[in-house]
Amino acid sequence: MRMKKIIFIFSFLLIGSLVYSQGNLLEGIDDSISLKQPVTKTFMSSRVINAHSVEMIGRGEMDFRILHRFGPVNQGIDQLFGLDQASMRMGFDFGLSKKLTIGIGRTTFKKELDAFVKYRLAQQSTGVKANPFSVVLVFGTSVYTYKNTDPTTKLTFSDRTGYYFQTIVGKKINNKFSLQLSPTAVYRNMVLAGDDKTIFALGVGARYKVSKRIALVADYSYVANGLPQSVGRNPLSLGVDIETGGHVFQLHFSNTPGMNERSFITETVNNWSKGEIQFGFNLSRMFNIKKRSNNR
Amino acid sequence: MKFIICVCTLFLCMSESGAQNRIIARNAYIKFSSKTPLENIEAINKSGVSVIDKTTGQLEFSVLLKGFSFERVLMQEHFNENYVESDQYPKALFKGIIKDIQLINFAKKGKHSITVNGSLQLHGVTKEVTVKAFLNIQDELISADCNFIIVPSDYNIEIPGLVKDKIAKTVEISINANYR
Repeated sequence: MRMKKIIFIFSFLLIGSLVYSQGNLLEGIDDSISLKQPVTKTFMSSRVINAHSVEMIGRGEMDFRILHRFGPVNQGIDQLFGLDQASMRMGFDFGLSKKLTIGIGRTTFKKELDAFVKYRLAQQSTGVKANPFSVVLVFGTSVYTYKNTDPTTKLTFSDRTGYYFQTIVGKKINNKFSLQLSPTAVYRNMVLAGDDKTIFALGVGARYKVSKRIALVADYSYVANGLPQSVGRNPLSLGVDIETGGHVFQLHFSNTPGMNERSFITETVNNWSKGEIQFGFNLSRMFNIKKRSNNR
Repeated sequence: MKFIICVCTLFLCMSESGAQNRIIARNAYIKFSSKTPLENIEAINKSGVSVIDKTTGQLEFSVLLKGFSFERVLMQEHFNENYVESDQYPKALFKGIIKDIQLINFAKKGKHSITVNGSLQLHGVTKEVTVKAFLNIQDELISADCNFIIVPSDYNIEIPGLVKDKIAKTVEISINANYR
């Protein structure tokens, strides 16, 4: 009985070792597949359309962004469906490190200057100790720099200034589909009577890749409080991202002409259902300003 | 019963000694470069893993594609996302046999020129390849060097028209691995 047992165990070991030696040479040695690997390219660009995405600018790279927003399409052929009117924002975003991006920009509308700091708290990853989500924090500020032509009011620097803070939680659910939520607080120093100074909004961004270099994107913000119900609208933009090497083109239709958080979250008045939508595009061009050394 | 145990232990020892015939390289260095008049692209991976069986000449080499580091972050992202699609195909794997391995005396220092026949699996495609390499047998270490060329289109790695002037049709690969 005992012997049988021993034979059994030994033959088990034997078979095991035989299988082992006949299998892949690398078996048991190459465990690199289980290493922690970051999930990249959740979105094609550092913005979903208007809102920040969980994507960062790579270290040593600069993203030069030109944003155009045209007039409402429902003005018809007379205004070439809004293309006769345009406002634009020019921006420069810099990747200071893997986790830190900063950016500045200027919008023609109200001659608004804006700046932000974006920090990646966590990156989605696979493998051991995988992270299910990416978490990114953004703090930004903007200031109107237009000349005040009304002699009866005096606008101080503080009056012109607004801030926003947001936490973005995003996930590349599969190779095609990515989703992110971004609870946002926007604070404005000066508001119209009846409006809240602090406005809370929940941003939702989604991407669906239709091919390797083309994706459909949606960018929506639900504004929870503070806007006059009759006027304020939730901004919704629908578009397509086209990637061509160092460029990303984002073409879209939207009910907001805003190109920074204060502007698109608190100043959207157009209504999709009335056809008050406008065409717009973002152009992103990546420049390499600092090469990574070969000893990386 | 003793006899059986003896036989079994013997078998076990034999298969163990088989394992000792294997030499292993970790942190192998792999570089690939694509050269065109418009742009030179270079990427380095320092975490290749390889095993050689000194008796049979079997050789295996595995590289995690996400481990390639490029000069530009964006290139690295595009490489993984659009070219080799490393989420779907995380590894490049070579399996081959070193020709005439029995002619090599691993106990003696010296340089040997070898030919390896095998198959390279990349981007879901497996292709037969033959590469020439050098083995340099030192005291504790056997270092291997090898250069060869692959054609991305052989592996269904598609290069879009817009960037076809910036990415070479053939990619040069050089490898250095230290086996112990």
